[in-house]
Amino acid sequence: MVATRYETAFKLYPYETVEAAQSGAVTRHKVVIIGGGPVGLALALDLGLRGTPVLVLDDHDGAGLGSRAICFSKRTLDIATRLGAGQAMVDKGVVWNVGRVFHGAGQIFEFNLLPETGHRNPAFINLQQPYFEKYFVDAIRTAQQNGAPIEIRGRNQVTAVTQGTGPATLQVETPDGPYRLEADWVVACDGARSPTRDMLGLSFDGRVFEDNFLIADVRMKADFPTERWFWFEPPFEGAGQSALLHKQPDDVWRIDFQLGWDIDRQKELDPDRIRARVDAMLSSQTGTVPDYTLEWTSIYTFQCRRMQSFRHGNVFFAGDSAHQVSPFGARGANSGVQDAENLAWKLDLVIRGLAPEALLDSYSEERVWGADENILNSTRATDFLTPKTEISQIFRNAVLDLAAHAPFARPLVNSGRLSVPCVYDGLSLNGPDGFDGPALSRPGAACPDAPVGAGFLLDHLTGGFVVLALNTDVPDIAEVDGIPVTCLQLDPHKDDPSGALANRYLGGAAKAHYLIRPDQHIAARFAHARPDGIRAALRRAICRKG
Amino acid sequence: MALTLTPNISDPDGFYDTLLAAHEGLSKAQSDALNARLILVLANHIGDRAILEAALKLAARDGASAS
Ligand SMILES: Cc1cc2nc3c(=O)[nH]c(=O)nc-3n(C[C@H](O)[C@H](O)[C@H](O)COP(=O)(O)OP(=O)(O)OC[C@H]3O[C@@H](n4cnc5c(N)ncnc54)[C@H](O)[C@@H]3O)c2cc1C
Repeated sequence: MVATRYETAFKLYPYETVEAAQSGAVTRHKVVIIGGGPVGLALALDLGLRGTPVLVLDDHDGAGLGSRAICFSKRTLDIATRLGAGQAMVDKGVVWNVGRVFHGAGQIFEFNLLPETGHRNPAFINLQQPYFEKYFVDAIRTAQQNGAPIEIRGRNQVTAVTQGTGPATLQVETPDGPYRLEADWVVACDGARSPTRDMLGLSFDGRVFEDNFLIADVRMKADFPTERWFWFEPPFEGAGQSALLHKQPDDVWRIDFQLGWDIDRQKELDPDRIRARVDAMLSSQTGTVPDYTLEWTSIYTFQCRRMQSFRHGNVFFAGDSAHQVSPFGARGANSGVQDAENLAWKLDLVIRGLAPEALLDSYSEERVWGADENILNSTRATDFLTPKTEISQIFRNAVLDLAAHAPFARPLVNSGRLSVPCVYDGLSLNGPDGFDGPALSRPGAACPDAPVGAGFLLDHLTGGFVVLALNTDVPDIAEVDGIPVTCLQLDPHKDDPSGALANRYLGGAAKAHYLIRPDQHIAARFAHARPDGIRAALRRAICRKG
Repeated sequence: MALTLTPNISDPDGFYDTLLAAHEGLSKAQSDALNARLILVLANHIGDRAILEAALKLAARDGASAS
């Protein structure tokens, strides 16, 4: 039997009889992904588009009901765009710019995010997680039609993972009984409670925040502004320490109430009690309560923790199974999708025999670095929202008091810092930083987007190594050790009259060469590179010694 | 620039008066809040992280030696 732990919003990969479960044959797979959440799906799509066969096993048959993640950042959208799922997300998602911050009954300030131009994707969108997962599955279906070797098996629950010297062995339960399979590589994308982590006896250490958050998604047709409203010490009855109101597609609004630690969960989930809180919040600014329905409610506690290493031999951990953060700053799914894109190209090259296995250790090195940055940021936000001592409460409120009239205090107000990709500063795969270029495009950084002709720079970085030649000749190089290299020659002034490309990649320099990795991160940059300079940097980026 | 540790306030007695006067009639909680706001305003004025860290270190050391 496969137990149903949650209801699904969309049935995306209905159960089908597995041949091996009938015949008892043990088939061997190159890559098996455990879990078809946002991270498992992104990874499957990335590997499949590269031509590496991948099997996804999920114990349900679609995206869980209830939106969980709502905020998806530019980097995630850039990755999804490369994989063919980004446009659907942006078309459906809500873009907002105006935010208001309240303390008690009064507004202390409002801000307008005035987005920077010259990027294909917005800084972030609000979109219910089930849609996010559905668009990835849609893109997987399209890729499959074009021959991508991806298979998803719904209602296939992994019940045992055994590692030995050879491939890993997985025991899988289905509605028609159990079966076994073998996998050269396993990626556990099975969420924060990762059964795989437990089966391998690995620890998951960190900090639990002693707080409960009531999350309610309400649907209302009312003409309510598309703004983000955040309250510290909200004035409404029983609202707790903070509250948040945020717009999603389909006339749905996300509402959060920070309830504190000692609560009666059952009582707090009583719809009448939730409605009383929601009424007070909605009427606080307009005086009237619009018509609404409760779509979905839940209570969460949050933790910040991660595994010591995200690789254990032939088993990898990605997404919530590897690291968990509090949701302030929307770093959960966003960082998990970055894990997926970091692992996909490395695993693909190693499976093809084009890179040494050591490259796979750099997955853990880079993504542990990213996880630590996310944990740091979300811990800081949590400490601001829930001051832990009397004096931290005094400083927190001093910041809020000053922010009402002194602009300098506003950047200190922390209700979550928006997820931006980390820069792999000083890590093993980086090559030379050969000229005094802009900091935002230094080695280790994800490429900033910029207009190029009628499109954008990132459109040209489709998943292989690329040499970008700005205002200079392209080096004579088409491959390194069998790995293809594409050269992209641009004239910043002709290709982007807005100047953004020159600003973001040259700064004061007249010309430059960049070596860009398959995950659109910058491997190295040069004032002027010769082919052997590119070759050395590329070999370094795939962990080839010498 | 380094943290200024030599006398730098003209009319020190007058300044000290003003500082205490700002707290006159306030409860302990109100005074704590005022101090916190004052620290933030001054810290922003200084801005330089190295100087702020040197000041924090100095203040922490004096506290430790007094207790
Ligand atoms: C209230 C809330 C708000 C959030 N807001 C945001 C936000 O705005 N932005 C953001 O980026 N993140 C947000 N997050 C975090 C985000 O939801 C998670 O980080 C994200 O879902 C993690 O994706 P995942 O694929 O790693 O794991 P999951 O989404 O948990 O998916 C794991 C999958 O594995 C399957 N599975 C588990 N065990 C097995 C097994 N034994 N066999 C087979 N399959 C199995 C599960 O059924 C599931 O489909 C929020 C979370 C919460 C709770």
